[in-house]
Amino acid sequence: MASQEIETLAAALARLPGLGPRSARRAVLWLVKRRESALPALLEALATVGEALVECDTCGNVDTTNPCGICRDPRRDLKSLCVVEDVADLWALDRAKLFTGKYHVLGGKLSALDGVRPEDLNIAQLLARVEAGGVDEVVLAMNATLEGQTTAHYLAERLEEFPLRITQLAHGLPVGGELDYLDEGTLAQALRARRPLV
Amino acid sequence: MALDRISLTDFRNHAATELGATARFNLLVGDNGAGKTNVLEALSLLAPGRGLRRAALSDIARAGSERGFGVGASLAQNDDEPVRLATYSESAHPNRRRVRINGADSSAARLGEWIAVTWLTPAMDGLFTGPAGDRRRYMDRLALALDPAHASHAARYEAALRERNRLLSDLREPESGWLDAIEAQMVQHGTALMQGRARLVETLAVRLAEMPAEPFARPALSYVPAAPDHADGLSQALFDNRRRDRAAQRTLEGPHRDELDVVHAAKRVPAAHSSTGEQKAMLVAMTLAHAGLAAQGRASLLLLDEVAAHLDPVRRAALFEQLRGSGAQVWMTGTELAPFSAIAGEAAVWRVSAGAVERD
Ligand SMILES: [Zn+2]
Repeated sequence: MASQEIETLAAALARLPGLGPRSARRAVLWLVKRRESALPALLEALATVGEALVECDTCGNVDTTNPCGICRDPRRDLKSLCVVEDVADLWALDRAKLFTGKYHVLGGKLSALDGVRPEDLNIAQLLARVEAGGVDEVVLAMNATLEGQTTAHYLAERLEEFPLRITQLAHGLPVGGELDYLDEGTLAQALRARRPLV
Repeated sequence: MALDRISLTDFRNHAATELGATARFNLLVGDNGAGKTNVLEALSLLAPGRGLRRAALSDIARAGSERGFGVGASLAQNDDEPVRLATYSESAHPNRRRVRINGADSSAARLGEWIAVTWLTPAMDGLFTGPAGDRRRYMDRLALALDPAHASHAARYEAALRERNRLLSDLREPESGWLDAIEAQMVQHGTALMQGRARLVETLAVRLAEMPAEPFARPALSYVPAAPDHADGLSQALFDNRRRDRAAQRTLEGPHRDELDVVHAAKRVPAAHSSTGEQKAMLVAMTLAHAGLAAQGRASLLLLDEVAAHLDPVRRAALFEQLRGSGAQVWMTGTELAPFSAIAGEAAVWRVSAGAVERD
């Protein structure tokens, strides 16, 4: 039986996405074995993240500055806006290094079953950004899940009144899955082949 | 093209079962509970879908197993290296189905590029008399073998339907733009679902018409869609029904209410009113017709659980003859070998007991 301290750490790690109790215990064991080499660096990184990270008021990205690095980057194309469900999707897309515009994080997806309604998402902020002008194209980069696609359709309807090109990532049923599971090549391809949403 | 060198690892009551040197006919003989159907279930998981028990993956791993379950097989090719197919779960993710093809990670849908599996089990005996949902699932399972995309259309239609029903039963008036978005998904996947079902029943009916009327009590099939089967029509119907559906707190019209009509062709009697023996014979005919359709140049696997013993000798002889000409690799189970005596000489016979097999 492991000590209370180890159990507490394992329980905390087990809640991380993709981990679970078994992997968490393995991670704890790995850390215990390297408590002198790896643990201090990890502690420091965690502390820094805890202190320094803030949410960008403009796009919803998480960064050490507000507005975030992407929003402040003058080389970024202001005319193109890419809407994603979560920050993880933003990071995945930005790793593919193909999209040169700015982002908008919705903070989730519409789901009647989970009680996530339009007003729970950053949709008003999105409409305000578009209404402020200067945006020519909105790329709806939702996941290929049913809820993601429903959300994309809903947004397209809300954006209809603006003189915009509304496009959607070219990933369909065969790819399925969620954006941050896709490799960069596939993501770049989905962006390059983005198509108008009807 | 047939499966060989099949292995089951921690699969239900099979700790480590190997079936090498299989044949056109493979007979699994043993007492009830010995693990015969478990072998068929393992084989059914070498195709896309949830297998012949529609079981939760986490229920499949053998009790007390430290790992998940594993099923592997080698698929002989005409003049090429055999293809290695495997599906398994891991104890950390007991509900995630993993697939490997020739040693590389792949998806369940890709299994369908190599193999088509059709089955008939005692659980399907009530197909004609049971609830319509059973017949819709049956159509969808068969359609999936013809078109792997069918399953995702079915799943997405169901998910969109649940969203719409949830929104309609909300205390607050549903936002029409949100309903628009959900209904657009229902239309996209619902029409694909209906087209897949229509195509399946049509091709199956053609195939059945080519089969001899006797002794398998040939069934006449028709697909009865419960909503317009084209995008504009379904979209309009959902829109028009919003008020009524809100009062009912659920969606009253749509492919989730479809029906498969089956009639004993010669007697012009609904299958549900036919005798038990005739119903079984019609199911056999439909299974054989589907196996022929599903193959499409792929390896075809036909799993018949407890079928032979329940047919009269005339129908049994006809079944064996049909199977011989089907080109499929056939797996049959029974408690005794006697009903299979006509084919035992050309079959691989496996005695199954307590989760282990032994070649006879
Ligand atoms: Zn930002």
